[in-house]
Amino acid sequence: MKQLSLLISKLGKAVLVVFCVVLVNFFLIRLAPGDPAAIMAGEAGASDPNFVLQLRQQFGLDQPVGVQLMKYLNGILHFDWGYSYRMKVSVLDLILDRLPATLLLMVAAFIFSVVLGVFFGVLAAKARYTGRRTWMDSAIVSVCLLLYATPLFWLSLLSIIFFSVYLDWLPAFGMESVGAGLAGWARVRDIALHLVLPTVTLGAFYMAMYVRLTRASMLDVMGMDYVKTARAKGAGTAYIIRRHVLRNALLPIVTFSGLQLGQLAGGAVLTETVFGWPGIGRLMFDALMQRDYQLLLGVFLVTSTMVVIFNLLTDLTYRFIDPRVQHGS
Amino acid sequence: MKLVQPLCHQGTKPSPSLISRLLAKAAIASATFATAAMMTAAHAQTAGGTLYAIVQPEPPILVLGLNQQSPTQYVGSKIYEGLLTYSDKLEPKPGLAKSWDISADGLTYTFHLQTGVTWHDGKPFTADDVVFTADKFLRKVHPRVRPILDRYVASITALDAGTVQFKLKERFAPFIYLFGTDNILVVPKHIYDGTDFATNPANQHPIGTGPFMFKEWKRGSDIVLEKNPHYWKQGLPYLDRIVFHVIPDAASRSVAFEKGDVQVLRGGDIDNVDVARLKATAGVSNTTKGTEMYSTITSLVMNERKPPFDNAKVRQAVMYALNRKFIVDHIFFGIGKVATSPISSTTLFHEANLPVYNYDVKKARALIKESGVDVGKYPIRILSYPYGSAWDRLGEYTRQALTQLGFNVDIDATDAGGWAQRVGNFDFDLTFHFTDQFGDPAIGVSRLFLSSNIVKGSPFVNNEGYRNPEVDRLFTEASSAPTTEKRQELYSQVQKILVDDVANGFLFENQNVTLFKNNVHNLITTGVGTNSNFESVYLSK
Repeated sequence: MKQLSLLISKLGKAVLVVFCVVLVNFFLIRLAPGDPAAIMAGEAGASDPNFVLQLRQQFGLDQPVGVQLMKYLNGILHFDWGYSYRMKVSVLDLILDRLPATLLLMVAAFIFSVVLGVFFGVLAAKARYTGRRTWMDSAIVSVCLLLYATPLFWLSLLSIIFFSVYLDWLPAFGMESVGAGLAGWARVRDIALHLVLPTVTLGAFYMAMYVRLTRASMLDVMGMDYVKTARAKGAGTAYIIRRHVLRNALLPIVTFSGLQLGQLAGGAVLTETVFGWPGIGRLMFDALMQRDYQLLLGVFLVTSTMVVIFNLLTDLTYRFIDPRVQHGS
Repeated sequence: MKLVQPLCHQGTKPSPSLISRLLAKAAIASATFATAAMMTAAHAQTAGGTLYAIVQPEPPILVLGLNQQSPTQYVGSKIYEGLLTYSDKLEPKPGLAKSWDISADGLTYTFHLQTGVTWHDGKPFTADDVVFTADKFLRKVHPRVRPILDRYVASITALDAGTVQFKLKERFAPFIYLFGTDNILVVPKHIYDGTDFATNPANQHPIGTGPFMFKEWKRGSDIVLEKNPHYWKQGLPYLDRIVFHVIPDAASRSVAFEKGDVQVLRGGDIDNVDVARLKATAGVSNTTKGTEMYSTITSLVMNERKPPFDNAKVRQAVMYALNRKFIVDHIFFGIGKVATSPISSTTLFHEANLPVYNYDVKKARALIKESGVDVGKYPIRILSYPYGSAWDRLGEYTRQALTQLGFNVDIDATDAGGWAQRVGNFDFDLTFHFTDQFGDPAIGVSRLFLSSNIVKGSPFVNNEGYRNPEVDRLFTEASSAPTTEKRQELYSQVQKILVDDVANGFLFENQNVTLFKNNVHNLITTGVGTNSNFESVYLSK
């Protein structure tokens, strides 16, 4: 019962947060100079003020902001997210069309960075802890520093030039081969190949973070008394690390992975741009440049909901890993 | 001569009767020359294959008319057709109209349509479609065509299923240039009539009469067009498919071309610095042809309502202070040509004999002194033109050049939306733009200088606030003058005045370099370049 009411109260807060985000975004975007009508007229090289007026009427931009807001909120409650007048498609369709690509990229980058990050972190900590192969620790830490400091777009372009142009191992752009007519496993393999470079570039930075984080928190835990006790009792290094150290060192990693998932959507804009990945990151960027209000708000709604959900999941994971963590009431 | 060759293509020796029949046909159809030239080319063609290109940025929609951006035009021009097409000399050529007559008073345009044309959904194309499109559809949705239709066109009627007549209220000489896919293209009446054009579900599956049909659009990824097997020109198109990739990053686009994933790059697809590099690559051809219809010019726009730019001498000083050769060579990597006039040298009615503003800082300083304006007293801001880093450099260079003359200059950065709004509201001191000329000064040039076009709220009109009754008169007379000679005379006068006054600072004529792999043929054959319908493009092995 207590668990359930806790969940409900958390959900309630989450909905409130999303609502506030929508509200703030609604006003923020209108603070930017220019509106969709002006931009569309500009694109057409138009010299007809009536045309701009007509567009404004069409978009409802001639109405007071309050009315526009009420209309929008009312629409959202009825799952009508509005219409992108620029693309002449419903916002929900556009987003649903592009969301899977971003989710795929995010999940792949997330798994890539967590798995490799924790793995190398443990490896480095172990090397240092046991005092054998300390060169491995230094090597891992140096590479991480490098990845941490390298700009994402530069890494992306470099990897395209090396793996795609020079070696010709991996495709340079897109999510799948156009017109190859692949199906079944052949298509999965095709998409997987396309996924490699964007995943690595999107995940490399976070992987470096996980390595540092895992290593530091492992070394921290390794100095604890209970670890010493375990060693005194004659437990093997592998067992101690798995059973006593890693488990206790995981909490900061979970905290950080919650943050990472939230940030991935932002980082994806860049990766999607460089690799021509058809996700919502770019949809958002284009919508912003074109002042496509409805579409932009729709994307914000989706991404903020995603962040809120990830945070909820992080909270729940804490309690699962360490039952001592209680709701701070 | 050319008439004989298509028969050889079929492998039979032409019989005299066949030739005479063909000749008879030729006498009737003014389309003959174009068709014959095309069929000559057919001689060596290989049919089939997929052409990979890039569309950049991704168009919002593919229905021409509802959107007129360059990417929409690039893809849409393969799907939709206009009544005419235009050669690189800007002569009208048959499109959906096989021939046309213009009455002696220049007020009646009669178009005779091709026979056997169908829409992609199988319905026949008729004169009603043309009337609907021009009279209802475009009048509502097309920001450039609509003011022209409203002002000049009295009536549009279908005389019969194969004939359309446009009657004008007053003579408008460049009217014949409005029938390409940029302007009066044709959309299917049976799909749009009686609907809300903007929200019609058919917008997601465009239907035209062109050589390629819409197949699929994965937003953010690619657009696929497929050969129209029932295209009204026998044996065309050659390509089976055209794939337009959406690759948002310029560096990635040039990599895609280098890697061979795409075979065609249009001007603007990649940065100028990469153009210079890729041009020199083996197996790559390039051309700057195919932009005659647009003949884009880049101008420096000065707000002439207030000091210091309300003084023509100051504006002239600015022109002398800018080294335009340097701008072309070093900021735009040699892609472009110093402009001498508001009417580009690649379009009609360009006047070659005009005063030239050579780079001369001394003269610039002298002119400022002469003007009596203390330019340092009026701090000015350059509103940067938000279309990439070259334009930022142009802004910085201009700032540098003007600072040397004693101006007090700052730069404002902005994005496309902010730029359009500020320029539309005359809220700027100095900025740049590049504008297309669309074949005739009356369509693409006069809009920038007519005092009647000083309207708040829209960019790409007379935003600088230039007012000159003489210029107004000359432009107006020239647009309806009866002969080409008379028009040339009037346009020559107007160019002289505009250049003397520095109505805008005419910086350079933009060039667009189209890069393509050597196995791509017939890519650029008209004055609209890659915005043609690609019916005769083919790939060699």
